[in-house]
Amino acid sequence: MRTPESIDALETQPWVLPSRRKVGLLCLLATESALFTIFVVAYLFYLGKSLNGPYPKDILSIPWLASVALISSSVSADLAERAFRCGNRGRFQAMLAVTILLGLGFLGATALEWKRLILVEHFTINGNLAGTTFYALVGLHASHVIVGLLLLTVVLLLSLKGAVASRQHERIQMLTWYWHFVDAIWIVVFLVVYVFGR
Amino acid sequence: MATTPSRTPAPAASEPFSLPTWLHGWVTTADHKRLGVMYILAGLGFFVVSGTMAALIRIQLVVPNNQFLPPEMFNRLFTMHGTAMVFLVGMPIIAGLMNYLVPLMIGARDMAFPRLNAFGFWIFLFGGCLLYFSYLAAPGLSGAGSAPDVGWFAYSPLTGKAFSRGHSTDYWILSILISGIGSLCSAVNVIVTVVCMRCRGMTLMRMPLFVWIVLVVAYLIVIVLPPLTAAQIMLLLDRFLGAKFFDTQAGGSAVLWQHFFWIFGHPEVYILILPGFAVASEIIPVFSRKPIFGYAVMVGATVMIGFISLGVWAHHMFTIGMSAMSNAFFATSTMLVGIPTGIKLFNWLGTMWGGKIRFRTPMLFCVAFLFQFLCAGLTGIMLAVAPFDWQLSDSYFVVAHFHYVLIGGLLFTIFGAIYYWFPKVTGRLMSERLGRWHFWLFALGFNLTFAPLHIAGILGMPRRIYTYDAGRGWEIWNLVATIGVAFQALGILFFVANLLWSSRRGARAGDDPWDAWTLEWSTTSPPPPYNFETLPTVRSRRPLWDLKHPSDPDWRVE
Repeated sequence: MRTPESIDALETQPWVLPSRRKVGLLCLLATESALFTIFVVAYLFYLGKSLNGPYPKDILSIPWLASVALISSSVSADLAERAFRCGNRGRFQAMLAVTILLGLGFLGATALEWKRLILVEHFTINGNLAGTTFYALVGLHASHVIVGLLLLTVVLLLSLKGAVASRQHERIQMLTWYWHFVDAIWIVVFLVVYVFGR
Repeated sequence: MATTPSRTPAPAASEPFSLPTWLHGWVTTADHKRLGVMYILAGLGFFVVSGTMAALIRIQLVVPNNQFLPPEMFNRLFTMHGTAMVFLVGMPIIAGLMNYLVPLMIGARDMAFPRLNAFGFWIFLFGGCLLYFSYLAAPGLSGAGSAPDVGWFAYSPLTGKAFSRGHSTDYWILSILISGIGSLCSAVNVIVTVVCMRCRGMTLMRMPLFVWIVLVVAYLIVIVLPPLTAAQIMLLLDRFLGAKFFDTQAGGSAVLWQHFFWIFGHPEVYILILPGFAVASEIIPVFSRKPIFGYAVMVGATVMIGFISLGVWAHHMFTIGMSAMSNAFFATSTMLVGIPTGIKLFNWLGTMWGGKIRFRTPMLFCVAFLFQFLCAGLTGIMLAVAPFDWQLSDSYFVVAHFHYVLIGGLLFTIFGAIYYWFPKVTGRLMSERLGRWHFWLFALGFNLTFAPLHIAGILGMPRRIYTYDAGRGWEIWNLVATIGVAFQALGILFFVANLLWSSRRGARAGDDPWDAWTLEWSTTSPPPPYNFETLPTVRSRRPLWDLKHPSDPDWRVE
């Protein structure tokens, strides 16, 4: 049996619950993971089931450069977030710009890859199952990169205008979480499409 | 519900009522209570429309060889009825209950993201209207197809370009995809609100069971809605860009659609029925004058259902010819769900046992729920047995089974919830006399309609057939089923009359008409826009009991 004293201690004890932003973003990432899972499952399910070519093993080459760019953009995003936390605005903006450039580099490499696949190899979304699943999965990921780049660019522009205050640290942190998530998804897509699926 | 105080400065009683101001207040609101009410009203509106569709279906089937409707229209009716009842009636009414009640029950002033909440409602409403708009727009210039006619689970390859010309299937895809975004918004909102905004002292194990159960519902929505969205995106790619996901001619798999759909579709059943459990877990204790029996076990059972329900989907697919191993796995996992569900039933009975039961309308609906949901659960266990399912899959037995779940289980508790919380929303009690008429007519009509359909199904009547020949023994069951519809419709008429009459003339409810124990009854009826003047502090699972009985508070024994 509890005493009134131990109950009244409730009034003085700190009552701290998790941050809304963090839990909300984690929910978003959970639901995004579920979405990607289905596309990955579809990719794996249809591996080797195309009735006609071109087949991935003949035409896909590992996008080392793009992958290195995207993974290192995660590092620069993390550095940007640290710089922001320390109040180093110049460094924050520089690192943000590096992140955006690396992301753009990734997208550019993807665009060149798609151009070659479509125009040279005639590997299209409506050609065979391999094309269908390839463009759906890689395209879904690329669309997330685009969303991330838009958000990063908005933050950079706002920061250059001086409209990002240090109390908004958690918002910046959420953006980097999202960016790390997009990178982590790329590692999965990379393994599934270019390593395991070739 | 014009009596709800508005968030924007409401026109004072002396000011003349101005329709534009009033409308503007509702359209621009981000208040969880108003959004909750709008969700429920929108859901009830769609309910009347798709209920009317069901009535037309039943009229078509009342006698053999009936020609009441054209066959194409019949296909559109059962598709629109199923789709709308799940996505535009069940989901929004549940979202409405969650939105209205969760912040009040955990002692918060609003949801975590009010504007996201408003966005969710409006995008849902847009999706719902888009589905019905297909009647006008889907024929387009090609003149092919009207409303969707592919069934609510839209099996491939019927949805391919070759078999579904025009845009009817595109309307089905887009409207459900869009209203799904709305469901996702409210699910994320519920999770964040419950995790981050509980009032001082409201530990997880002191939350009302309603909050616990809708937390599990929200988690299920977050996890299982994306598979449907993903499958729908794939279908869109198939239909617009010529992708091959479900194109069997190019090696695509129709079975994969079924897997993806039911990975969503079966947990969706739990998303729909768990809120029914949530409502029953609040109403039964209050009207039995006892705390809920086995609170911790109820929480555990809910979480168990939340996990097991993710691994049962292929019991919808026993007839596609899976391996014996898969059949055994999904049959077993399906039966496992019966354990936590059975625990819940016994705990509700345990709550009533020895209680001082007051049979007011909300309690009547909950007691009927116990009986009818038991029937639904037992036929569910029968269908989980793979060989039994081979006989009765896609028959009226299945139709009867899931209508016992969704009407006998969910809709009855939703009615109970509306009778129970209406006084909180409007400040007025619903008429008990009209409520009893509603209950008895609807309970009678529902059982008259769906109990005979079990037998029609066992006698071999397949679902979704346009008509049937005489002499197979189905006539009497179909006739009785359609007669039941008249009673249900009459019951709904009493319900609507009760809503309209009571919102203006009902007896004043006061803050706490049921002598209940959860926080929503501690504030005024209707609650002010900020819910609580001072945020409460909670010391037990029944904070209002503690307040009313300072000499014998719950926290001494909990």
